Amino acid sequence: MSAAAALSVSTGEAPKPRPLVSIRDVSKQFANGTIAVRDVNLDLARGEFVSLLGPSGCGKSTLLRMISGLGEPSRGTIEWPTSPHDAEGHASPDLGFVFQEPTLMPWATALKNVMLPLTLKGASKRDAEDQAATMLSLVGLKGFETSYPRELSGGMKMRVSIARALVTKPAILLMDEPFAALDEITRHKLNDDLLKLWWEQRFTAVFVTHSVFESVYLSQRIVVMAARPGRVMADLTVDAPHPRDDMFRTSAQYADLCRVASQNLKKAIAG
Amino acid sequence: MSDITAPVHVPHDGTDSEARPIFTEERRILGIARSTWPGVLAPIVIGIFALGFWEWIVHYRGIPHYVLPGPWLIAKTLVADWGTLSGSLWITLRITFAALIAAVTVGVALAIIFTQSKWLEMSLFPYAVILQVTPVVSIAPLIIIWVGDINLSLLICAWIVAFFPILSNTIMGLNSADHNLINLFQLYKANRWQALRYLRLPAALPYFLGGLKISGGLALIGAVVAEFVAGSGGNASGLAYRILESGYQLRIPRMFAALIMISVTGIAIFLLTSWISHIFLRKWHESAIKREN
Repeated sequence: MSAAAALSVSTGEAPKPRPLVSIRDVSKQFANGTIAVRDVNLDLARGEFVSLLGPSGCGKSTLLRMISGLGEPSRGTIEWPTSPHDAEGHASPDLGFVFQEPTLMPWATALKNVMLPLTLKGASKRDAEDQAATMLSLVGLKGFETSYPRELSGGMKMRVSIARALVTKPAILLMDEPFAALDEITRHKLNDDLLKLWWEQRFTAVFVTHSVFESVYLSQRIVVMAARPGRVMADLTVDAPHPRDDMFRTSAQYADLCRVASQNLKKAIAG
Repeated sequence: MSDITAPVHVPHDGTDSEARPIFTEERRILGIARSTWPGVLAPIVIGIFALGFWEWIVHYRGIPHYVLPGPWLIAKTLVADWGTLSGSLWITLRITFAALIAAVTVGVALAIIFTQSKWLEMSLFPYAVILQVTPVVSIAPLIIIWVGDINLSLLICAWIVAFFPILSNTIMGLNSADHNLINLFQLYKANRWQALRYLRLPAALPYFLGGLKISGGLALIGAVVAEFVAGSGGNASGLAYRILESGYQLRIPRMFAALIMISVTGIAIFLLTSWISHIFLRKWHESAIKREN
């Protein structure tokens, strides 16, 4: 099977179940006039692993923040057909967000940091502690409950950040270049562990990255974006089975997939 | 030539318990860490030399004690007059700490109110600045006339001097929370109270404690300066009045004794506030952390 066939441009014609997120004609213009995102149409299916891949300035982070609800689109709508809505009709999906930096509270221990979303939702202290401790051990940080962020390495801090995002068992996990600041060895390890968590917990994952290799290794689907203005250039399906491991990372199939994704990215950069 | 077949050391990323940082306890001598000893000893040695020189020059030049008493005479006066002086010290201390507590309460409360409402901050902050920049010496007489009760007047003066650093530092601290963390609180739909309790107040703590260190000293200065202005006598007088009184009576050794007590009080307040700061921040804040390099 050739890689070009495996990594096909999806037509989006086939009938699908209702998506988790439906992004319709979304544009974002900042106050200074910059058009960060223009006319983006995207459906995210429940449970899929999607990467938003593009050069810096392509609006992938802006799009992610709009999905999270941190920024309103200037035009268009972002709908959550299957998620609960509040009294005013606004969707309130349960989501987790991982920033580019670990963004931990330096005054709180790893456990307290992971407990935060539960505490804010009004969970009892004991429940919050139990769930946070379970989540910390899931990300491989058992025994570090009482450590403060400054005592942890960059990779460990990112793990705490991921644990915090997943502790509420969200339907969707949004990640904004979470591993960009880490060294390659740590990044590979965290990629593997993230995939394992995704495989076990079945949340929808949206992963913003500028790394072709990372996006191919992780995702089932890569949305390639171009800059100025930020827009979607290609929607690629990564046709390789999960779970994936180092065997996949060193396979010829992976190399072929990366080459095709690179070509698409190059085209996107060229405009 | 490097040996490429040598096993590569794989850095840990947190999954191995051996990656836990190791904190070694520094050796202690008489309860004080070894590395802090030079910082304790050096000033003491300098102090002893200075006092010796002072005592010597007073005797050698025959300086009369109503001009410059030697340290030994001052020490003797301190012991002999301890009854009167300790009573005054107690009064000064009471005013100082009452003013500091009032400064902390009002400063933090105002800071919280200001950060909740931009309008209140815009309307009131300039007046807080005016209160701060007007020399307390110049408004103390007014306050004494208006308030009547002398202790309360002194307390108000000391409070005026002490409260601004707390206010301005706490405001800065409350506004300095990590922007991404603020976003995170928005994502989880935290209300104002939660954002204050779990994010803004802890983020403001190092700034507040910095303000407290400054205000502790200022409360003492405010209490002393105001009493100088008030100049009232009687049994219920603080250390500042003892200095004034000793000046009138040319009891200069006693004046020095009172002066030393004020200085020692100031140092004690500084050490106390520094210790409080250390207790609160030692676990997590950069300022309180000793580094190997």
